[in-house]
Amino acid sequence: MKLLNISSPHTTRAFSTANVMQTVLLALIPGIVALTAFFGPGHLIQIVIAACTALVCEALILKIRKRPIGMYLKDYSALLTAVLLALSLPPYTPYWVTIIATGFAIIVAKHLYGGLGQNPFNPAMVGFALVLVSFPLPMTTSWSAPSPLLDNTIELSQALTAIFSSRETIDAFTMATPLDEYKHQVAVATADEILMNPLFNGQDQSSILLGWQWVSLGFLLGGIFLVWKKIFTWHIPVSFLVSLTLCSSIFGWDSDSYVPLTIHLLGGATMLGAFFIATDPVTASTTHLGKLIYGAGIGILIYVIRTWGSYPDAVAFAVLLMNFAAPFIDQYTQPRTYGHTKAVRGLAKKD
Amino acid sequence: MNLITLHEFKGGIHPPENKTQSTASPISSLKLPETLTLPIAQHIGAQSKPVVSLGDMVLKGQVIAEAQGFVSANLHAPTSGKITAIEHRVIAHPSGMSDICIEIQPDGLENWATIQGIENYLEAEPKALIEKIAASGVTGLGGAGFPTHVKASVEPSKIETLIINAAECEPYITADDMLMREQANSIIKGIEILQRIVQPKQCLIGIEDNKPEAIAALEHALKHFKDNTFNIHVVPIPTKYPSGGEKQLIEILTGKEVPAGGLPSDIGILCQNVGTCFAIYKAISKGEPLISRVTTVTGNACGQPQNFEVLLGTPVSHLLRETNTDSNQLNRLIMGGPMMGFTLEDAQTPIVKSTNCIIASSQQELPDPAYEQACIRCGMCTEACPAQLLPQQLYWFAKSSNLEQATAHNISDCIECGACAYVCPSSIPLVQYYRFAKGEIKQANADKLKSDRAKERFETRMARQEREAAEKEAKRKARAEAAAKKQAEKKAAEAAAPASSEAKAAPAADLELLQKKLDAAQNGVKKTKEKIALAEEAGDTDKVELLKGALTKSQDKMKEAAKAIASAKKAAKAEPAAAQIEMTPERMEKKVEMAESRLNTAQKRLADAKESNSEQVDALTTAVEKQQERVNEAKQALTEFLNTLSNATQLPAKPEVNLDQLKQKVLAAQTRVDKALERLNMAKEQGLETVGALQMGLDKQQAKLEEAKKALQEASA
Repeated sequence: MKLLNISSPHTTRAFSTANVMQTVLLALIPGIVALTAFFGPGHLIQIVIAACTALVCEALILKIRKRPIGMYLKDYSALLTAVLLALSLPPYTPYWVTIIATGFAIIVAKHLYGGLGQNPFNPAMVGFALVLVSFPLPMTTSWSAPSPLLDNTIELSQALTAIFSSRETIDAFTMATPLDEYKHQVAVATADEILMNPLFNGQDQSSILLGWQWVSLGFLLGGIFLVWKKIFTWHIPVSFLVSLTLCSSIFGWDSDSYVPLTIHLLGGATMLGAFFIATDPVTASTTHLGKLIYGAGIGILIYVIRTWGSYPDAVAFAVLLMNFAAPFIDQYTQPRTYGHTKAVRGLAKKD
Repeated sequence: MNLITLHEFKGGIHPPENKTQSTASPISSLKLPETLTLPIAQHIGAQSKPVVSLGDMVLKGQVIAEAQGFVSANLHAPTSGKITAIEHRVIAHPSGMSDICIEIQPDGLENWATIQGIENYLEAEPKALIEKIAASGVTGLGGAGFPTHVKASVEPSKIETLIINAAECEPYITADDMLMREQANSIIKGIEILQRIVQPKQCLIGIEDNKPEAIAALEHALKHFKDNTFNIHVVPIPTKYPSGGEKQLIEILTGKEVPAGGLPSDIGILCQNVGTCFAIYKAISKGEPLISRVTTVTGNACGQPQNFEVLLGTPVSHLLRETNTDSNQLNRLIMGGPMMGFTLEDAQTPIVKSTNCIIASSQQELPDPAYEQACIRCGMCTEACPAQLLPQQLYWFAKSSNLEQATAHNISDCIECGACAYVCPSSIPLVQYYRFAKGEIKQANADKLKSDRAKERFETRMARQEREAAEKEAKRKARAEAAAKKQAEKKAAEAAAPASSEAKAAPAADLELLQKKLDAAQNGVKKTKEKIALAEEAGDTDKVELLKGALTKSQDKMKEAAKAIASAKKAAKAEPAAAQIEMTPERMEKKVEMAESRLNTAQKRLADAKESNSEQVDALTTAVEKQQERVNEAKQALTEFLNTLSNATQLPAKPEVNLDQLKQKVLAAQTRVDKALERLNMAKEQGLETVGALQMGLDKQQAKLEEAKKALQEASA
């Protein structure tokens, strides 16, 4: 009788890292469905391109790093990075932009910075930021108009052509994003005038944003599901959204001069960012108080960049900037340990 | 009706309970095993000391090992039988280490030693009750095994709340649950005894709400004693692991936190396990010492999971046999629960006072741990930690041996409950990392303390030596000044009375004295060298340095002495006659004696070296041989000299004149023998290692005494 000598605990919950990633992927489905319904099959194609690129890059670099390839591929982390990146990109981004973004995210931002669990910056956002600053043209002209505004729905073949070969066909159905549109128009027009644009649903007052709001609500739904499943806590998304709301209410109360709150919350990548990007545990703060500060920082930065910066959306930059601060925030927001009268602040001082 | 406001502790987990398997049948007893193996350390504190010897027949309940000191516990024979071994055996310990165990072969008669309880115990003096508990060897039965009498010996005015820990939050374990169902009345009585001892204002029995039968039984028992019990409340608490942790239970029931590094008594709380209360009741009311306990035997490999009243010392293998455990299915054998228990590698390991559960698990039930993956900082461990630590940070610090930061992040407050490792999606054995870091920190602290002490010692010694050197220097200066003065006076006198021929004889007379000095200096050098060798062996570099200093000093002295001799000899040559005339039989005898004494010391040292197995034995043996030679030489010289003397004078040196001298010699020898004897006895009393050497010295002195006596007899005859 050979008995095992194993240290306690002897029982563990059957919920692995792969399960965590799978659950997050599952929670993205409502958002993906909405995106596809309103913006055509572009994102689905981007997901396929990004996923293939990510898996190949991951396998390659694991081989170079002499790590067990099968085990790491099965943890779904590369796949999740790829999907998040694909959802952040405009649906009809040229394939090579997607490949560059994904490759850079996996090879440099993830593995060269230490691999799973060690990377200080959100890999998907590093990839996104890289192509955003490097290839501004395809990154700003690849959003399609919401399907109700098009005469014909975008066919798969059209989408494939747009992504893989000819950029000419794309002009037929591209359009600026609501954030972009409002930001550019607000200098010359009043809110009412801007909202007359069919992108903001024209005269129909029942909803403000055509298509976009449903995408945002889809991601919100998935995010709430993840909080309920205890994949992450409520702290980061809530403080993120609250700080963005406060900023917009305080500085942007005049919708004739600034982008209104509703468009901030539902018009861009806010919900995707709040629930799926900012909550990436590896690069976020881990203490409760730290998460509140981290989330609030992202919210504020997003507002600042969107309002006074030159980019229409700002989730990637805001998240990356707060990634810098996360380790520092963690050190100064440690919880009070049981039996102690106060919490420790900062690292131990060297003698 | 629940008057107690419950508080929630942060974190915690809900692992599958797996308790119903072992609660189907009541607590039963087992047939006697073939042997009982009782480790002498079944509690926290000093090991107890065996008071029986091999072959002794013992009665059930007889003390077989006594507590050593206050924080220790007695151990009693669980049944009557014969002591068949007192030796090292594998004990219940995570490392699988062995310790001294007493083995009893039961005679099957179950003959009890005379035991007696305390009558009217609720009116007895608390002190008497504590003494009885101590005599009965009662220790905490919840897990840690802290001697109960120590815990109960708190200042009664300090304790406001007595908490009875009946939470039993770990999966699988049902020992307390079943005990409460079956022995609720006795438990309440045990609690009353504790109330009598520590006089708390209230008593709360904290019990997880997954034990409705036990709660009902306790409430029924309380109703039964309604008129007599004082402020005892059964408090059902939500089922959440680790609510049964002492600190967590205190937080749930009172909202207070035990200060870090402190004890529950610091906040007016005393915690006792419910099983301990039952043991206290048996010890006080019946006088029955702690010789058995309720242990759950469960797990998928176990044929009949249930609770047993198990005699201490029963091998786990006996329990497995009696429950028809399938050894083919058995994959992991755990003593304790699945969260905090430890695996046994040897089924012969005995049940001890703190063994509440044995899990014989199959491979499917508790699969082998998965491959450790990278930490993704998901923070699930932080959410699960009941001590509000940051487990993922502690993990990084432990993994990188960053003990300083681990300490700063309060790793010492980790209770090793395993909640973090339970939830970790990356299958990281977090608790094992923390145990490693804690061990390293403990070792580092011990090392630091040691080096600090050594440093302090070294500094004190340096200061003392400096002081001494300064004093010596001052003395030397004073002496030198005095000598210079004298010299000056002498010179002045010489100048006054020049060319005195008698003065020249002085250096010759001093030759021997100088030789002695040289010998002493040489001896000193040799001794210092030996000491250096010893110090080097022991690795005491400080000492080596010091000794080297001393060595140069001795060597200087030796050189000086040699120089002095050389100059004296030169002077002696000038007057060769003077030196030879000095040779007398007395001087020669003295030389022989001196040589003999040197031989003696050399022999003594050799004996010492042999005893301590020193490497110097060889060197010392040659030294002894040399001294022996010298003695022989001196003796020969003496006889030759005597011969020549007698030849020369033709007059036998009659010893008449020496009678008195001989008598004196005998007396002196006698005192020496007495002194040696005294010293030997002292050494024996203190168990010193020098006994052998001293014995040898004594023998020699006695021989000398005999000789002296003989000489005296001959002379007087």
